Amino acid sequence: MAKYRMHLLICGGTTCRSSESESIRNALEESLERNGLENEVKVVSTGCFGFCDKGPIVKVIPGNTFYIHVKPEDAEEIVKEHVLNGRRVERLLYLEPEKELLATGSKEIGFQKKQIRIALRNCGFIDPENIDEYIARDGYVALCRCLTEYTPQQVIEMIKKSGLRGRGGGGFPTGLKWEITAKVKSDQKYVICNADEGDPGAFMDRSILEGDPHSVIEAMAINGYCTGASKGLVYIRAEYPMAIKRLRIAINQAKEYGLLGKNIFNSGFDFDIELRYGAGAFVCGEETALIHSMEGKRGEPTFKPPFPSEHGFLGKPSNVNNVETYANIPVIINKGPEWFASIGTEKSKGTKVFALAGKINNVGLIEVPMGTTLRDVIFKIGGGIRGGKGFKAVQTGGPSGGCLTTRHLDTPIDYDNLLAAGSMMGSGGMIVMDEDDCMVSIAKFYLGFTVDESCGKCSPCRIGNKRLYEILDKITKGEGTTEDLAKLKNLSEVIKDTSLCGLGQTSPNPVLSTLDNFWDEYVEHVIDKKCRASSCKGLMKYVIDPEACTGCTACARACPVNAISGERKGPHTINQEICIKCGTCMEKCKFNAVLLQ
Amino acid sequence: MSQIKSFEDLRKIKEDFGKRIQFREKSFDPSKVVQIKVGFGTSGIASGAKEVMTFLRDELEKRNIEAVVTQTGDMGYSYAEPTIEVKLPGQEPIVFGKVNVRKADEIIERYIKNGELIDGIIPVNYHTI
Repeated sequence: MAKYRMHLLICGGTTCRSSESESIRNALEESLERNGLENEVKVVSTGCFGFCDKGPIVKVIPGNTFYIHVKPEDAEEIVKEHVLNGRRVERLLYLEPEKELLATGSKEIGFQKKQIRIALRNCGFIDPENIDEYIARDGYVALCRCLTEYTPQQVIEMIKKSGLRGRGGGGFPTGLKWEITAKVKSDQKYVICNADEGDPGAFMDRSILEGDPHSVIEAMAINGYCTGASKGLVYIRAEYPMAIKRLRIAINQAKEYGLLGKNIFNSGFDFDIELRYGAGAFVCGEETALIHSMEGKRGEPTFKPPFPSEHGFLGKPSNVNNVETYANIPVIINKGPEWFASIGTEKSKGTKVFALAGKINNVGLIEVPMGTTLRDVIFKIGGGIRGGKGFKAVQTGGPSGGCLTTRHLDTPIDYDNLLAAGSMMGSGGMIVMDEDDCMVSIAKFYLGFTVDESCGKCSPCRIGNKRLYEILDKITKGEGTTEDLAKLKNLSEVIKDTSLCGLGQTSPNPVLSTLDNFWDEYVEHVIDKKCRASSCKGLMKYVIDPEACTGCTACARACPVNAISGERKGPHTINQEICIKCGTCMEKCKFNAVLLQ
Repeated sequence: MSQIKSFEDLRKIKEDFGKRIQFREKSFDPSKVVQIKVGFGTSGIASGAKEVMTFLRDELEKRNIEAVVTQTGDMGYSYAEPTIEVKLPGQEPIVFGKVNVRKADEIIERYIKNGELIDGIIPVNYHTI
């Protein structure tokens, strides 16, 4: 019943489009018509394949043939040879590089895909509100095996062997954390899931909870078994109503099947999970503040040691892990720690989920093996910079991270490399910036956020960050001095060294990182009073172009501070000392004579 | 719902679920049973996925096409939401992006009825374990 026997798919991603995929489409359609095939073969545009350096790309189905670096002139050959005669055009064919074997152990035919979905394995595949679909994809098998075949210590050894590190950003070895809690003697222990996800622009955890909540439930139960905890708590921000709903449904379904509750899998192990809601405080993503918030107190961090592993929720040993860390656990048990450790780099195993946002074409969620370069993430999977503009920087780690620039593009992403480059992995938010972004304003934006979110308990963070913000504000308004630049650096370092918790210890990172990588921009703002990205209004001037001005006096009459002078029918000028930069003159001018410089 | 107390119980549910899918696919006319998954994470819903899902369910029934339309989590293509995955029996699943009601209509008339691909397919760019 199919109307067309063959389809030619052309990548319509921005990079391919700008290198002629439109012309190729036209050429193919014309060629098909010339050869009388327009009713049998159809040409279709697709979204980005994520292989922008091989474009323009044409895929032929059936058969899954990939042609790369295609030009409009190749259209006739493709139609005559492949479509009519069934012979693939060898010179355009994508050939899998021999040495690139996938971590899954099998060599795939076709494009080698840069992403491997482990934590996101079920997202987009199953109905998250149906536990049977989770079970159909081997759900709860890991829990069953742990309870019936392994001792808690054996499971902990597996997690240690896998090399899994905390995905919330700290990167602490997960197996070690579980072992520490397991060793503490107590009548009651707790297993906690940190689903606060406070970083602006991050939605990895939300997607896992909305798309595959059972993976977290199963992992928490396994954690409980290992550490000796019978109660699990999920601390989730109230701003995630869909995730909360799906988690509640999932918990109830698991309870109905006896996968939560008493005597799970007849092993004698009891485990139950409750939800606790956050109210949008970034600091409550810090584990001690999170615990205090759950206890009904104000979300303020406390000094570590003692660590929550020894003295946590209600004073009992508590094991806090991030959502994405949990999502990896069942896979490590089912596929084995060696399999997991075969992916990634030497010290950072497995994959990481990133939320790509900002000035990038393919905004969304990706999951790549550790060790993938930033270049691949931004220019291949991400499809490059929107509007074809120039890449400037990418912020990783949110307000606690730093920006990475063109010189870091070939850095393999892992915990240690990012730290060495002046940033950090963070929870996985990646904000891409282009030539129109002012780095001083970016630093100011992040400081504004952390000032708002500071709990106020310790002076370095409470007072120090506020001062940092004020200095940055001064600079963006054109009132900065060279002394201010020195102050920014000193103050940042003091705040980092002396703050009580991770919020203050990392909040100056955007400042230090931008000072390091974009020193010239700071100097321009302070000495030249110029903003090269044309973003800081305080440094911009409204100027009338004498060639374009007709002397109609519309701007002068509209100016609220009488800053514009000039004879009727003669060119007008704006007195910069009086001008308040409201922009009314530009709105009123019908001759485009008012310019913003 | 009976309790799951052993590995055997898990395996049985997995098998039963698999049988239900197979039964759905084989017992009916293969040219009629379609499986559609609508990306129903917050990104999808904010872009209008609910409208698309309702439209698909209603229209497929009206046009007498045997189909199962379910919700699923975020597929990850936030730049192209709403996204849906359409699997015709015996075919590889295809993901369509920026699906509004008009596009959904086109998908039903052209792809589901005639196997004709239309613009706006999102190539799946990841492996899943």
